[in-house]
Amino acid sequence: MTIHQSIPGEDAKPAYNYAYLDEQTKRMIRRALLKAVAVPGYQVPFGSREMPLARGWGTGGIQITAAIIGPDDKLKVIDQGADDTTNAVSIRRFFERTADATTTEATEEATIIQTRHRIPEAPLTTGQIMVYQVPQPEPLRKLEPRELETRKMHAWAEYGLMQVKLYENIARFGEVTTTYDYPVSVNGRYVMAPSPIPKFDNPKMHMSPALQLFGAGREKRIYAVPPHTSVKSLDFDDHPFRIQSWTEPCGLCGAKDSYLDEVVLDDLGNRMFVCSDSHHCETRRDQGHRGPMLGDASTLHLVDEAKS
Amino acid sequence: MQVTISPGFSDPVFQSQAAFRALLNALAEPGLVQQVAPGFAAPEGLEPATAIALLTLADYETPIWLPPALRDGPAGAWLRFHCGAALVDEPAQASFAVIDGMTSSPLLADFNPGTDQFPDRSTTVLVQCAALGGGDSVTLSGPGIAGSREIAPTGLRPGFWAELTENAELYPLGIDVILSHGEAVIGLPRSTQIVETR
Repeated sequence: MTIHQSIPGEDAKPAYNYAYLDEQTKRMIRRALLKAVAVPGYQVPFGSREMPLARGWGTGGIQITAAIIGPDDKLKVIDQGADDTTNAVSIRRFFERTADATTTEATEEATIIQTRHRIPEAPLTTGQIMVYQVPQPEPLRKLEPRELETRKMHAWAEYGLMQVKLYENIARFGEVTTTYDYPVSVNGRYVMAPSPIPKFDNPKMHMSPALQLFGAGREKRIYAVPPHTSVKSLDFDDHPFRIQSWTEPCGLCGAKDSYLDEVVLDDLGNRMFVCSDSHHCETRRDQGHRGPMLGDASTLHLVDEAKS
Repeated sequence: MQVTISPGFSDPVFQSQAAFRALLNALAEPGLVQQVAPGFAAPEGLEPATAIALLTLADYETPIWLPPALRDGPAGAWLRFHCGAALVDEPAQASFAVIDGMTSSPLLADFNPGTDQFPDRSTTVLVQCAALGGGDSVTLSGPGIAGSREIAPTGLRPGFWAELTENAELYPLGIDVILSHGEAVIGLPRSTQIVETR
């Protein structure tokens, strides 16, 4: 027997609901989101669904975006700060197909920004919603593997173990060696995993005017940080929290204040640093900012030199 | 007794999406008035915003508590039919509840505040009031509010703000309140502090 499977395309009517999820699932996620917003930083369990991509590829973020997106929204998807990497491209196309979504690469135009591992460099504004893809929502998991125990630790705000871990870091290495997924305290109550964003981005969460939603599909948890909410990176009075800094500016746009990726160029030890936020870097190049390696990169047709 | 059940959403997918975003904004930015949806014919006894919120969020997984007069009238039949939700007698069993702002019972403390390990299992209480403005002013602060914010709803029982203050002291436990009137709502999650009432 031949099974004819129709693949949704331009000509065929899609065989699924708007934004892929059925309405009952959306209601369940929406209820979880409202409770998550009411208790900032607390992880709300939810019935994570199978999605048409593997768990670990952003199914939590996708389910949140699917539950909130509507026809008036403009969606931006980034992966490690870039709009043009595999995960970002495929998730953007998923919502173009299933929700007929308007997409954009411009941070300031977007109403929903789904992200993996970065917060855009451009400041977020009121009315924007950040959706984070979270692989491990439990900040205490590496210290205590049992969910029953971590749940009690959160319930009773027993976060001494986390302070001990940070202290041991300082005792052994002279500084806290956690550089991403750096634990934060939200609204002075719950310790929260900010998802694997670099600690460079942690200060952007504090009192942000945007609503921040976090989805962990495999671990089946949703949590949130409302706008104008205190998000404090854990530290000690004599070892205050510090973000990364670089000695070189971005090789393409010359930015000194953005988060830079290190790119190995050859096997002779040559390397360059370049903005991880691709839209931020392009915007700066269009404004006429030039980094020391922009000439080389445009000669090789790796980037377009700004038309000015 | 024959009860006529009025229609629900004409376009369930997009109407519930729009209503949800209004409710999400209401709880994310407590004290701001959010318009839920225009031109909705709610059953007798429910404000349009209350009816829309329940239609958007409630289903067979979420028991609803209604005042007895509403439960036995068209509103109860409407919710049973459109949401498939169970209507419960005990306030503490409810995921969602509707109360009138002026009635003296049940108290907010009668609803489920959640448990220390699962504070998300608390009741969301929709308080129907006479208006969302024009009353005595109340100053709020907390997550979602830059500095402080003033609201002035009317038609709330004496002692309502004291009850909400007690509720906020339970944080992270506590109920979440949505004030509704007409087609608009104001969110008052448990994280919101009542700074001053005048």
